[in-house]
Amino acid sequence: MSEHIVSPKIYAGIFTTLMVFTGVTVYAAYVNLHKWNIVIALGIATFKATLVILYFMHARYSPRRTQLVIIAGVFWLAILLALTLSDYLTRVTIHG
Amino acid sequence: MHRTGELYGQFETLEQQREASSLGMWVFLITEVMFFGGVFLTYTINRAIYPAAFGIGSNTLDLRLGGFNTAVLIASSFTMAMAVWASQTGKKKLIPLFLTLTLVLGSVFLGVKVVEYAQKFEHHLVPGRSFQIDAHIENQAQKQELEAAFAKDPDLNAHAQLYFSLYFGMTGLHALHMLIGAGLLLWLIRESLRGRFTPQYNTPVEVVGLYWHFVDIVWIYLFPLLYLIDRHK
Repeated sequence: MSEHIVSPKIYAGIFTTLMVFTGVTVYAAYVNLHKWNIVIALGIATFKATLVILYFMHARYSPRRTQLVIIAGVFWLAILLALTLSDYLTRVTIHG
Repeated sequence: MHRTGELYGQFETLEQQREASSLGMWVFLITEVMFFGGVFLTYTINRAIYPAAFGIGSNTLDLRLGGFNTAVLIASSFTMAMAVWASQTGKKKLIPLFLTLTLVLGSVFLGVKVVEYAQKFEHHLVPGRSFQIDAHIENQAQKQELEAAFAKDPDLNAHAQLYFSLYFGMTGLHALHMLIGAGLLLWLIRESLRGRFTPQYNTPVEVVGLYWHFVDIVWIYLFPLLYLIDRHK
């Protein structure tokens, strides 16, 4: 098994998609979607980040063990965010 | 340090050696994810507590500069990816070219950041004694909005400083990573001009590429979180 070489065509496609979605996220910010504004903004950012990880950072073509490390990292970040926010965001002092 | 891709004793194959290097970089990047994760968490909690002050702070940022910089950074990730491709396919003259383009785009990003920071100083938006959220607002509609916000939150000026402390902290940490990345790029450009990177050995280009893309990802989240709050108002 030799290393996978991603073609410039794929890189250019990813680059274009990232640029388009940067435009979309700016446009979406000017529309009043109430609580959904932040959801859309973070959704687009996560979509862009995923493209960067999978293609620019070659995660899609990496060995399973590397992929496992990446997934474990994201999972640990999720623990950090979810457990801390489940405390802070349910305190009376914030929303009361 | 004159490694050119010879096989080291602890590895069975060159393939394994290369995979170990990028795995090591990924493990480092995960520690960076946890580091930035804590910073983003701090931001989220404070924004949840003071949504109005964060919205007003965010609206004082120059969206054109921020948007331009986002595009510049994404373009620099693309040229970095192309440098990795050039080193994998043995296009020796293209490697320093793409690396230099990446460095130039990274420098443009930092230059724009300097302009933005300077504006914040002029507009009294740097946390500290002279901080005044309404010092530079001339638009009548914005003034009324600020008055309404002050009526609801008499400590708005202090809470807006929280936003700007986080703005400078987060973009400053990001810029520090960019500076380190620029230093790494300078080194890669020198080594690539010496013809050190070949299809058999291009680990430094690949690994610095991973780092550069990670810094891009941090900005992909910073841009909407700092620049795009309450823009519809």
